[in-house]
Amino acid sequence: MSEYNRPISEAEFKENFKQKKQLMNPTEAYYESSRCLFCYDAPCIQACPTGIDIPLFIKQIHTDNVTGAARTIFDSNWLGNACGIVCPTGVLCEGACVYNHQDVPPIQIGRLQNYATNTTIHNKKELFVPGKSIGKKVAIIGAGPAGIACACELRILGVEVTIFEAKAKPSGLTVYGIAPYKITNEEVLLEVTYLQKQLGFDIEYNSPITSEAELQRIEEMYDAIFLGVGLGKTAELRLKGEDKTGVVGAVEFIEELRMKQHKVTVPDEVVVIGGGNTAMDAASEAARLGANKVTLAYRRDKNAMGAYGFEYDLALSAGVDGLFNANPIAILGDEQVSGVRFVRTETIDGTLKPVADSEFDVPCTMVIKATGQAKQGDFYKLIKDLEIDAKTRILINSENYQTSNPKYFAGGDAVNGGAEVVNAAFEGKIAAQGICKWLKK
Amino acid sequence: MADLSINFAGIKAPNPFWLASAPPTNSGYQIMKAFEAGWGGAVWKTLGVPVINVSSRYGAVNYRDSRMMGFNNIELITDRPLADNLREIEEVKKYFPDHAIIASLMVESKAEWEQIIKDVENAGADGIELNFGCPHGMCERGMGSAVGQEPEVLKTIVEWVSAAATIPVITKLTPNISEIVDPGLAAYQGGSDAISLINTIKSIVGIDLDTYAPLPIVDGKGTNGGYCGPAVKPIAMNMIKDLAQHPEISKIPISGIGGIETWRDVVEFILLGATSVQVCTAVMHYGFGIVREMEAGLRQFMDDKGYNTIYDFAGKALPNVTEWKHLNLKHKVVAEINADKCVGCELCYIACDDGAHQAIALSEDRTIRIPSIIEENCVGCNLCSLVCPVEDCITMEKRDDGTQHSTWDERTIAGTVPTTFDDDRAGGKGHYVPKPTDALKAKQN
Repeated sequence: MSEYNRPISEAEFKENFKQKKQLMNPTEAYYESSRCLFCYDAPCIQACPTGIDIPLFIKQIHTDNVTGAARTIFDSNWLGNACGIVCPTGVLCEGACVYNHQDVPPIQIGRLQNYATNTTIHNKKELFVPGKSIGKKVAIIGAGPAGIACACELRILGVEVTIFEAKAKPSGLTVYGIAPYKITNEEVLLEVTYLQKQLGFDIEYNSPITSEAELQRIEEMYDAIFLGVGLGKTAELRLKGEDKTGVVGAVEFIEELRMKQHKVTVPDEVVVIGGGNTAMDAASEAARLGANKVTLAYRRDKNAMGAYGFEYDLALSAGVDGLFNANPIAILGDEQVSGVRFVRTETIDGTLKPVADSEFDVPCTMVIKATGQAKQGDFYKLIKDLEIDAKTRILINSENYQTSNPKYFAGGDAVNGGAEVVNAAFEGKIAAQGICKWLKK
Repeated sequence: MADLSINFAGIKAPNPFWLASAPPTNSGYQIMKAFEAGWGGAVWKTLGVPVINVSSRYGAVNYRDSRMMGFNNIELITDRPLADNLREIEEVKKYFPDHAIIASLMVESKAEWEQIIKDVENAGADGIELNFGCPHGMCERGMGSAVGQEPEVLKTIVEWVSAAATIPVITKLTPNISEIVDPGLAAYQGGSDAISLINTIKSIVGIDLDTYAPLPIVDGKGTNGGYCGPAVKPIAMNMIKDLAQHPEISKIPISGIGGIETWRDVVEFILLGATSVQVCTAVMHYGFGIVREMEAGLRQFMDDKGYNTIYDFAGKALPNVTEWKHLNLKHKVVAEINADKCVGCELCYIACDDGAHQAIALSEDRTIRIPSIIEENCVGCNLCSLVCPVEDCITMEKRDDGTQHSTWDERTIAGTVPTTFDDDRAGGKGHYVPKPTDALKAKQN
């Protein structure tokens, strides 16, 4: 059973999608920062994909140099504010905190990071100026975390930047794809505006690049191109009945939720298919929208799920029911979906096999497919000599993130196949350094 | 069950926990509340010459998450009328006849001293404390620490007071002096029945980074205050030891003051020879209720050790506090890290490498963050065990067999101390020290 009533107003939506990581107040930040041991060669730094000097910024918060703390954070990670909130800190910096070894709660690094950057952004403290122009121009395709990070770093290095973004807002999945209880749209957009104001890069919204001609024009106008295109729509299940009304992709569902918030409605019975973090989010969101029965169905057993344990726990706490070893074989119904037919599965010698005569139906009027995003394979074909791997990920030189077409660099989900915001932020930054070095050759 | 009652130079009290002369003893209301809470005595906020106090009086030193680790004040002696104070002393004594009330006094002339002593005796005070310690404001008018810093003047006033008083006299000393024995001896020779110390230390606790004024700020300016609180305890304990070990001064009792907040502090002061303790900052921070922890802890300690009264263990640490030259140079301890407890913060490594003797090595496999002691380099300085955030993770283990004894003093007598700058007999010879350029390794790699 779901724990939530249907949110009708903005206020009710906010309550149901209450922020998991609340902004710290100065007193909490003072006491929490006082706990940091200032470890030598600190494990939290090593666990951070962007290598933020965490003990330093915590010390800076404690000595009331919050602006300095923000600078330390942004120096390593251009999306330091968003990452402070949405990073899975329990498996990164906070998971590495030495306090864990004596069963002492780890330092709340993510929230401290958010405190420093959020305070600095709200105080309108400007920290950065663009570098002296080196007379080069770079086009970035995609204003997601990788693209924004790449743009910021390029501006610091004195490169002119234009970002081409297909959608109407910057930040990619941070604003369109993360569960609303993890970060608000305002928080995400404020950080980008803050960076853009100081560093001066252009973003052309509603400008999808879809043709060879467009790419050719960009190639002519710019000295290098960074691909931060992320992933595409939800992948097809290739199931009978998948085209019925009421069957949606998780990515599309979450995007609509982020944009329309309380105006999105779900029926009473929802089935979510998948075992990754996005499936957990979608299930949790359906429950928070007031669905009466949300079934999270995964074809393997619970331990095989790709999702973090804490994400599954969060879904459970929202009232979601887990259904394991259940493989969907058909979507039922006429035009409108009325249920999902599953077959029981078991793993024999490491292979997942259906159990004979074990079909059963779960009634529902909405199916959310959270079985991964399709890659942008069609788009990649437009770029000459662009090599991709068997999983349709762009191949890059891990030193400078340059692709097989030397004019193109890439980073983020398009390269790593789908990871955290912090990974994209790191890759965008390193790619920018690679681009600049290559441009100066 | 332990008996906590004391007889301090003739002043009787149900326990050794007294409130020091300070804001918490400004009124009969506060002192009655304190006695109800469990305090055994109170030194009334100093009565004396008329004063005017400023607004903005206290400043603090915070350390990490600890508020008021150090505290200072620029408040003067009581600004309430003498008559009001005397009337309240009488009233408190009526309700609490068995509790100790000591009147702290500060006046200038002999006649004033004689008059005010008569006044407080008539009010029923059990004793007098001479405030020769206040290091701010009053000293500019020739009183407080100005007296405590001039042993001859101090002695003269103690003589006047002792001649005039019929109740015990405690002389309160200032620590703002290079040799505490000098005023201590002057107090003893002047006839003081007891000594209390320390008063506050001259201090500036902070500078405001916007106005550039010292804290506490009074209309854009500040002045040195008197420093107290947990931070001053080590200074107080050393001075108490100096007096308690003195052959003459030790004949009169000492009331210990300076950063006392817990039962452990109380026991330490008593072990160094104090037979009553006075508390101010801890009460200003937490209220009178903290005495519950002190009393319970002291009782538990005494029961555990089998002591009936505090006199059973007063001064027990004094024989062990000696001069450096009497320390055994053959004593040898080295650090040991308990790998099961180690959390891998590596603070011991960096503290030792940057701040001490390069005797701790990092694990070569950087996925294992448990450092190891390089025993041949370890001089047994304790630093690693002090920085370690885990209880009992780094311990100092004895390595000498206890059969050898050699002190600087003994070696001086035997003529075996090193005498030249490069003497082979000097301590550091042969100790491992990395080459200066080893420091650059990280950069070269």
